[in-house]
Amino acid sequence: MKHLAEYRDADTARRLAAEIGRIVTRPWAIMEVCGGQTHSIIRHGLDQLLPPEVELIHGPGCPVCVTPLETIDKALAIARRPGVTLCSFGDMLRVPGSCEDLFAVRAAGGDVRVVYSPLDAVALARAHPERQVVFLAIGFETTAPANAMAVKLAARERLPNFSLLVSHVLVPPAIRAIMRSPGNRVNAFLAAGHVSSVMGTWQYPPLAREFGVPIVVTGFEPLDLLEGIRRAVVQLEAGRHELENAYPRVVTERGNEPAQAVIGEVFAAVDRAWRGIGVIPASGWRLADAYAEFDAEQRFDVRGITAVESPLCKSGEVLKGALKPNQCPAFGKECTPRTPLGATMVSTEGACAAYYHAGRT
Amino acid sequence: MAGDTPPDVAGFTCPAPLRDRPQIVMGHGGGGALSRDLVEHIFLPAFGNPVLDRLGDSSVLDLGPRLAGGGRLAFSTDSFVVRPLVFPGGSIGELAVNGTVNDLAMSGADPLWLSAAFILEEGLAIADLAAIVARMAAAARMAGVTIVTGDTKVVERGRGDGLTITTAGIGIVPPGVDLGPHRIRPGDAVIVSGTLADHGMAIMSVREGLGFEAAIASDTAPLAGLVAAILAASPGVGMLRDPTRGGVAASLNEIAGAARLGVEIDERAIPVSPVVASACEILGLDPLQVANEGKLLAVVPAGSAAAVLDALRAHDLGRHATVLGRIVAEHPGLVAVRTAIGGSRIIPLPLGEQLPRIC
Repeated sequence: MKHLAEYRDADTARRLAAEIGRIVTRPWAIMEVCGGQTHSIIRHGLDQLLPPEVELIHGPGCPVCVTPLETIDKALAIARRPGVTLCSFGDMLRVPGSCEDLFAVRAAGGDVRVVYSPLDAVALARAHPERQVVFLAIGFETTAPANAMAVKLAARERLPNFSLLVSHVLVPPAIRAIMRSPGNRVNAFLAAGHVSSVMGTWQYPPLAREFGVPIVVTGFEPLDLLEGIRRAVVQLEAGRHELENAYPRVVTERGNEPAQAVIGEVFAAVDRAWRGIGVIPASGWRLADAYAEFDAEQRFDVRGITAVESPLCKSGEVLKGALKPNQCPAFGKECTPRTPLGATMVSTEGACAAYYHAGRT
Repeated sequence: MAGDTPPDVAGFTCPAPLRDRPQIVMGHGGGGALSRDLVEHIFLPAFGNPVLDRLGDSSVLDLGPRLAGGGRLAFSTDSFVVRPLVFPGGSIGELAVNGTVNDLAMSGADPLWLSAAFILEEGLAIADLAAIVARMAAAARMAGVTIVTGDTKVVERGRGDGLTITTAGIGIVPPGVDLGPHRIRPGDAVIVSGTLADHGMAIMSVREGLGFEAAIASDTAPLAGLVAAILAASPGVGMLRDPTRGGVAASLNEIAGAARLGVEIDERAIPVSPVVASACEILGLDPLQVANEGKLLAVVPAGSAAAVLDALRAHDLGRHATVLGRIVAEHPGLVAVRTAIGGSRIIPLPLGEQLPRIC
């Protein structure tokens, strides 16, 4: 924990916040892309330290939040089948589909399990040849290498009872979609540190140039976040719009190249629907044709399932930064973590849940 | 107390052969000779005492002069299910004793008698049952309670969780002890008796698929000794709570709600051992929401906080006791934490199961 304590020092945090207050001369809206960053900002109360000119907008980077309703419904349909073991990360179990969540399927007798790595799901498939083991593979570029490795492992071992329900999403197309959306208010981005540790930073300079927007790769600890915000404000005040890496202890320009190679082999780009936002071109990954036999959508023929969002839920506006969670009419009323209308109220990384849990009604 | 040697369960052997059956069968619940075997060979050797040994349908307890002068009875019950049955630092046996003992102690009672009801799953190894019963007996001795009545049922394989235990307990609240939200005032100190989240993280660390390299042990322990020390040190104690499921977050919300006052805690004061803190970070869990089985929260007048801390720290189970925060008149019903960085946030009542985050 020593390495973490260093990045949570209160005196340094106050100094950084004061420095931001000294350099800022007018209002700026800065979007933190990643849900982990939103969680940390709210948990530590970082936004309360910032001068009123600096507004943080919570971006679409919570993988649980943006996984489309359709994917959840497909997972539910697969999990209800006898002989299927559906594996996922913990907080996916509570995400509501059109009429229930994975907890409800488990209570009704379905075999739904929490795993901590897709490789655990491969091990389950190996140990239980009589069951079909399906891993719900969601997430940004960060979780993709392990998911790709799981598929490669299953292919090498010729496991006929392992498959992936894939709903990967990508950060750069989301940044492009936000900058192009009418009414966009974002002046600068804090790019997600974990994603960049895999993918590197080389994708960002063209985006910074095209949209005239500063992009600062930022970590997750309080001092990381304040330093990222400080650098973004310095650029904005100077009229610059460049890529900066404020998380060099983890992120390099080229990223993790072996991981990128395995992703490139196993996955292929696809237009992906984002929950609450809609379809963004080439914003996701599906299994490449060479690995299509591991595609759970084909194996269980759930491709026909479609779904419609609750009209009350404004999570799309929240994810694009147009609405603060507590400005949604349903926030804390029809929609609470106990009765979530949208995924942003489910995951602790979701902006609505983060606001609710911090008592920001 | 906690320094006592734990029972040597590895060396356990039945005093006489259990009709050569190594596992629980349905017949052990049938009320006949097999049931009798369990009582004679497993339960009586571990729990035996003059009251239990009579093996009546109920036990008759002699209160003697204990209720004289305005003493009152405290009565509580709790059921225990846990997987795995044995984990670092304890087992379902210690939990079943300490859980009910601590519920009694939180009313200021001196815990005296327990009942123990066992639901056994067909196929449970009798050696495993005997080991857990031995640990339970040791926990009862450590807590100073006597197990005076019990019951056993057997359910078919696949319809039980190996072993579940229900205990009920009776204790006596001494004259003059009056705990409750009506005793709490703004300015009171909120004290915690030691490090948080040890039990929950110990369980999580041994669940399927999760191995931390450093061992985390459950903190299961009887708290009546600590309670006696607190009551002796401060006559004006407001409320006591043992933050089990839902952790300190749930208990503080209960206190704030019951007293219709606010609670404010200081993030830097939250005692968490380094290995537990790291495990919580890795899994994205908040130590305030993770279960404890051997810690208590005490709301005491600010003026006696130092005396209560001294009394707790003099006790083996309270060595890491510290002031966590205070009762405030502001934000009644809510628990606020002042973050180390200088911000603040509200701690909500935990919703339900703790789920590790995706990344």
